[in-house]
Amino acid sequence: MTEVPQPPHKRRAHTSTRDLERYAGLFAERTTVMRSSAMRDLMAVTARPEVISLAGGLPDTSTFPPESLAAQMSRIAAKSAAAALQYGPTEGFDETKDCIVEVMAAEGMLPDPDDIVITTGGQQAIDLVTKTLVDPGDVVICEAPTYPGAVPVFCSYQADVRQVEMDGDGMRIDLLEALLEELRAEGRRPKFVYTVPSFQNPGGVTLSLERRMRLVELAREHELLVIEDNPYGLLRYDGEALPPLYQLDGGDFVIYLGTFSKILSPGIRLGWVVAPPPVLEKIVLGKGAADLCTSTLTQFFVREYFEEGGWKRYVEDLVVLYKQRRDVMIEALEEHFPTAATWTEPDGGLFIWATLPEYIDTGDLLAKAIRSNVAFVPGQAAYVDGRGANSMRLNFSGVNEDEIREGVARIGRVIKEQVDLYETLAPGSAAAEEVGRAAREAAAQPPDEADEGGSVLPFRRASGQ
Amino acid sequence: MKVAVLKGGRSLERGVSLRSGARVEDALERLGHEVVPIDVGADLVKRLRAERPEVAFVAMHGVGGEDGTVQELLELLDIPFTGPDAAACARSIDKVLAKAAMRGAGIPTPDSFAFTQAAFRDLGAADALGDLEGSLGFPLVVKPSRGGSSLGVKFAGAPAEVPGALVAAFSYDDRVMLERYAPGRELAVSVLGSEPLPIVEAIPAEGDPYDFEARYEIGRTHFVCPADLSPTERAAVTDAAQATCRTLGCEAFARVDLILAADGPWVLEANAIPGLTDTSLLPQAAEAAGMSFEELVERILHLALSTAGVS
Repeated sequence: MTEVPQPPHKRRAHTSTRDLERYAGLFAERTTVMRSSAMRDLMAVTARPEVISLAGGLPDTSTFPPESLAAQMSRIAAKSAAAALQYGPTEGFDETKDCIVEVMAAEGMLPDPDDIVITTGGQQAIDLVTKTLVDPGDVVICEAPTYPGAVPVFCSYQADVRQVEMDGDGMRIDLLEALLEELRAEGRRPKFVYTVPSFQNPGGVTLSLERRMRLVELAREHELLVIEDNPYGLLRYDGEALPPLYQLDGGDFVIYLGTFSKILSPGIRLGWVVAPPPVLEKIVLGKGAADLCTSTLTQFFVREYFEEGGWKRYVEDLVVLYKQRRDVMIEALEEHFPTAATWTEPDGGLFIWATLPEYIDTGDLLAKAIRSNVAFVPGQAAYVDGRGANSMRLNFSGVNEDEIREGVARIGRVIKEQVDLYETLAPGSAAAEEVGRAAREAAAQPPDEADEGGSVLPFRRASGQ
Repeated sequence: MKVAVLKGGRSLERGVSLRSGARVEDALERLGHEVVPIDVGADLVKRLRAERPEVAFVAMHGVGGEDGTVQELLELLDIPFTGPDAAACARSIDKVLAKAAMRGAGIPTPDSFAFTQAAFRDLGAADALGDLEGSLGFPLVVKPSRGGSSLGVKFAGAPAEVPGALVAAFSYDDRVMLERYAPGRELAVSVLGSEPLPIVEAIPAEGDPYDFEARYEIGRTHFVCPADLSPTERAAVTDAAQATCRTLGCEAFARVDLILAADGPWVLEANAIPGLTDTSLLPQAAEAAGMSFEELVERILHLALSTAGVS
């Protein structure tokens, strides 16, 4: 009998220096802007069980009833096992699109199902839109800070990313207009404005109605595309719902990105894009090249789940749970963060954005925090230009109330140590505390009284507002 | 032979350590050893007692694994282990202690001053900052005393940047060091037993020369091994590295990082347990010496056993 070769070892033999140089020589130019960082290595420590992680953007999937998952999966197996295990259409199944129409209708939108392509999570939606629209060097505009997961996408397509400051009412449209003028003077036309208008990630703020209307107007005036990323719209804990940009615009200049990740499950990897037909056509071609189609099985799952008719109830349960967790986090911040710190108080979503005195680098602070078994996302991840170093993103949806309290208390302790240390190193920096207080008071004004050129993110509203 | 590979742990360099450990495990398997991988945690002693390995391969980096803590336990349990002994690890990881020892032995190392957090809190050390800034000049480098990679290392270009850099460095350790910035070529000499391996030079590809994160990233830093040096330069660099290993007691294996300036080599630090990942410098140096990764791992293992008197 011929001897069967031994299976290879699970890891490759050593990569030689020559190989390393050879691979490096083969890398595409765009990889030079794809950067790994020491910070990513730090994140390896946060995965340890003793670490309370306020870093992720995780919904609490433990609230989903396992028996419901089992029942739906059994039904799929009984009714349509072969189809559920087969490839599907690149743009997604019509029946799953009907579920998407239902979700969007809950926020007042009425998309044409033919304008929808189902994607592998909202992340792929951002990637496909950028792939479709952006050539190297093209200008892409987004908020400052922006969704940390969008930064590597824009960078990998070598976009020239410009970030527009926000305040308590979301992106400063006056600054956006100024930027558009500046670009026009340079003879450059931005490809799109990427925005998370409701409960922004990471800022936690929401674009006001007035600004929504102005943004849509600007898009028409400048024939500019707006990419509205709306993962959290249905997770509102306070105040009246605001119309999505897509609804205000009617879908001419607004491309809409949605996801089931926060209202059902991120593990099913289902998101979608709604775009005008000519753009959609290219996106579908791009998607075909990327992965042929989105998981058939999970599209079937969503169908079964929606047929049950309880999806809105589940979202309502999440709203009750997350609202409570948000309140607990804000209370904990008030108790444990130094007075020089400020933070946003979101009306919905999953995140609070906190800012510390300027001399604190939250990347370094994270190292110290990890030694106290707690983690957050350092603010620099939300900028392309190194800003945000003294801010952090805190997630309140992924861990329980006790862990939120304990996690914030631990972060508060390490911040206090740094503040005290800085005070001894640079006496007179007590002024920093005053700056924080002033910002807080400025932010406490009702939005209509606040100076349009006033406080930028982050700030803390007076309690009760 | 039954070999426990100790990796991971709670250090900030856990990620690198897991990669080093995984590659070592694989090499050991290829060499025919029985491998017991251990992600170091609260059950370490129990697991070592239960597994009874003949030797432990320490693939840990940073505080906890490279500072003598694990080594002390292994000495107590009487398990031979790779790399320097507990005392040498403790000396090497602490840049303040290491530099004091180097200075005592006449090894050139950039001038520096060290402070604990308590010195600022309780003794008003801030009042002395102006003096030492004057003697070190700008830019100066602020580093946590213990810890590897580039974590917490900051340049301060002017006095106003010093407090922020100190706060950053104190995030990683309770003692920090302010060091004169030595411009020059960046070299790394790995020493195996008492034998120096070919010298690696790290040449930043582009961008900010003060960006430490770019240092060891493929594509952003270009590595040359053996480094292009004159015989005199090579001898001076090698001598300084070997003297450093002898002084610190890192005779099993270590990597010495130094700067080659116009006036000769300046030793920055010694790594008692250098990285063994795919892109680490020690394996590159070994390869330039004609040694495969398996041979390197086997050599390190033998050094551990011969030190322990096991044949």
